[in-house]
Amino acid sequence: MISEETLRLRRVNWRIFFRRYGIVISFLLLCLVLSLLSDRFLTWTNILNVLRQSSINGIIAVGMTMVILTAGIDLSVGAILALTCVVTADLLQKGLPVPLAMLTGLALGAALGMFSGLLVSRLHIPPFIATLGLMTVSRGLALTYTQGRPITALPASFDFLGAGSIGPIPMPIIVAGLIFLIGYFILARTNLGFYIYALGDNPMAARLSGISVNKVILFVYALSGFLSALAGMVLTGRLDSAQPTAGYGYEFDAIAAVVVGGTSLAGGEGGLFGTLVGALLIGVLNNGLNLLNVSALWEGVVKGAVIALALLLYRAVK
Amino acid sequence: MKKFLILALSLVLIGGLLASCAPSQPSPSPTTTSPSPTPTAKKITLGLVLSTLNNPFFVTLRDGAQAEANKLGVTLIVMDSQNDSAKEASNIEDLISRKVDAILVNPTDADAVVPSIKKANDAKIPVFTIDRGANGGVIVSHIASDNVAGGKMAGEYLAKALNGKGKVVELEGIAGTSAARDRGQGFNEVMKNYPDIQIVARQTADFDRAKGLSVFENILTAQPEINGVFAHNDEMVLGAIQAAEAAGRTGIIFVGFDAIDDAIKAVKDGKLAATVQQQPALMGQLGVQTAVDYLNGKTVEKYIPVPLKLITKENAP
Repeated sequence: MISEETLRLRRVNWRIFFRRYGIVISFLLLCLVLSLLSDRFLTWTNILNVLRQSSINGIIAVGMTMVILTAGIDLSVGAILALTCVVTADLLQKGLPVPLAMLTGLALGAALGMFSGLLVSRLHIPPFIATLGLMTVSRGLALTYTQGRPITALPASFDFLGAGSIGPIPMPIIVAGLIFLIGYFILARTNLGFYIYALGDNPMAARLSGISVNKVILFVYALSGFLSALAGMVLTGRLDSAQPTAGYGYEFDAIAAVVVGGTSLAGGEGGLFGTLVGALLIGVLNNGLNLLNVSALWEGVVKGAVIALALLLYRAVK
Repeated sequence: MKKFLILALSLVLIGGLLASCAPSQPSPSPTTTSPSPTPTAKKITLGLVLSTLNNPFFVTLRDGAQAEANKLGVTLIVMDSQNDSAKEASNIEDLISRKVDAILVNPTDADAVVPSIKKANDAKIPVFTIDRGANGGVIVSHIASDNVAGGKMAGEYLAKALNGKGKVVELEGIAGTSAARDRGQGFNEVMKNYPDIQIVARQTADFDRAKGLSVFENILTAQPEINGVFAHNDEMVLGAIQAAEAAGRTGIIFVGFDAIDDAIKAVKDGKLAATVQQQPALMGQLGVQTAVDYLNGKTVEKYIPVPLKLITKENAP
């Protein structure tokens, strides 16, 4: 027998379910529509395509989610990606062993992120401005460093990260999957994760309750820089070429994935599951536009309209 | 602590600024030609203002202009704007006060150059633009690569390589840019003459290598048969080649545009069938020639198209 109390609970649970997973319904609807429009959509190769193409944005979006959860924003991700990948590629071409060059690149990404973190936490520069500055400087440095030319032909063992696969699963998907799992663990199972939410929810309360706010901010921006560098290495491996112009506009793709995934730009609310679905939704959309051969002139319109529709639908269900 | 941090950061920034402002190379002082071998009644002096000499393209352009000036026996003053509109403005002012007979300008920016061009117009000095145009002022003629002809050239090559039939993909540049529009127009005009060639997909990859890769991955999934690809630039075609290799799809003829170093290497390796090259030396030569013709009283066209060159394995530099 179901009591009045359980019924009420169940209703509440449904509402929470939709708030949390509503975007999944939009996502599945989009997949359904695309599979009806193109018989190629639900093939194994195409599913791998979508996952592989979403992985770079996904990796960056994990860092972006944490930054946005603290009510911050990181505009420098694309430029950090470009700078770290040209530096890594250059070191590789100068003969540095692959692990050492990769570690240098990742450390550089983390250090650049930490620099924004420092500006935000210690000097109280608004994240938008701090990371905008870092974005401009990093992009400029990437261009100066390479004199505007791409660095091509890298060691095969480095390219494995982007172009290789373990069994039938391409490496970018494995890397992105691992990053999502680790990120999910940090947010859901550690004190640090709790602090990130607390900071975004109410910075004053967080500070007063003894959370070392500055360290948390430093961590999220450093992580964002680190993951941008990692995404850059995956991209470089995929292309067998590091480009100073790489990652242009990636900040918007990452922010879109986070926000479409239901994380509030005001901080403190949301999470990585939504970001994962958000990144996949954007990936599926790009893939679908190509499969259906939508004209370049209409692409932007269709993309914007579908994203708006997905969000509206999920608000309506909620 | 905080003050120290601000101080440290400011010092780092100032250091960076100083380092970046220090001239990386001595800015070339205006160079003049050696005395002309065939002196004319009144010796013509031309000013050539280039957006930058820190790019091999423009260095070659200058060399072409200089060679033509030597041949025609005119004096050429070359100035380097170092990609800085303010430097460009003072360069043009200098040329006006030196009373040159004509100014050839390769603008750093189509809008920023307009006030300088108007100053030259006021001083009754004819102005010609090279490679990049200007959005205002009176320009006698504009000398630039003929992207429509380049698109046609690529189309003809691809159609011949496919023996006039097959399935072709066009990777477009950023929608709305003149390069994408003109290259696409030329290519598609040619394709109309080959009824057995079917364009199975026409998608933009924004002139970007990473996008070229992912967009072509998607097209490969959608199209079980693809025989040829034309991309509006080399970056996209190199990304597409990467995608085809990863997917194990062979026998696709790729044609690019721009002849960047990576593409020329791909042509030599046999991965890329052909790419269309601009000819900066010819651009410089035609610029000087047009200006001299105009000053000698001949009528010149508003637009002087500079022919392009197809690079294949046979003639790859």
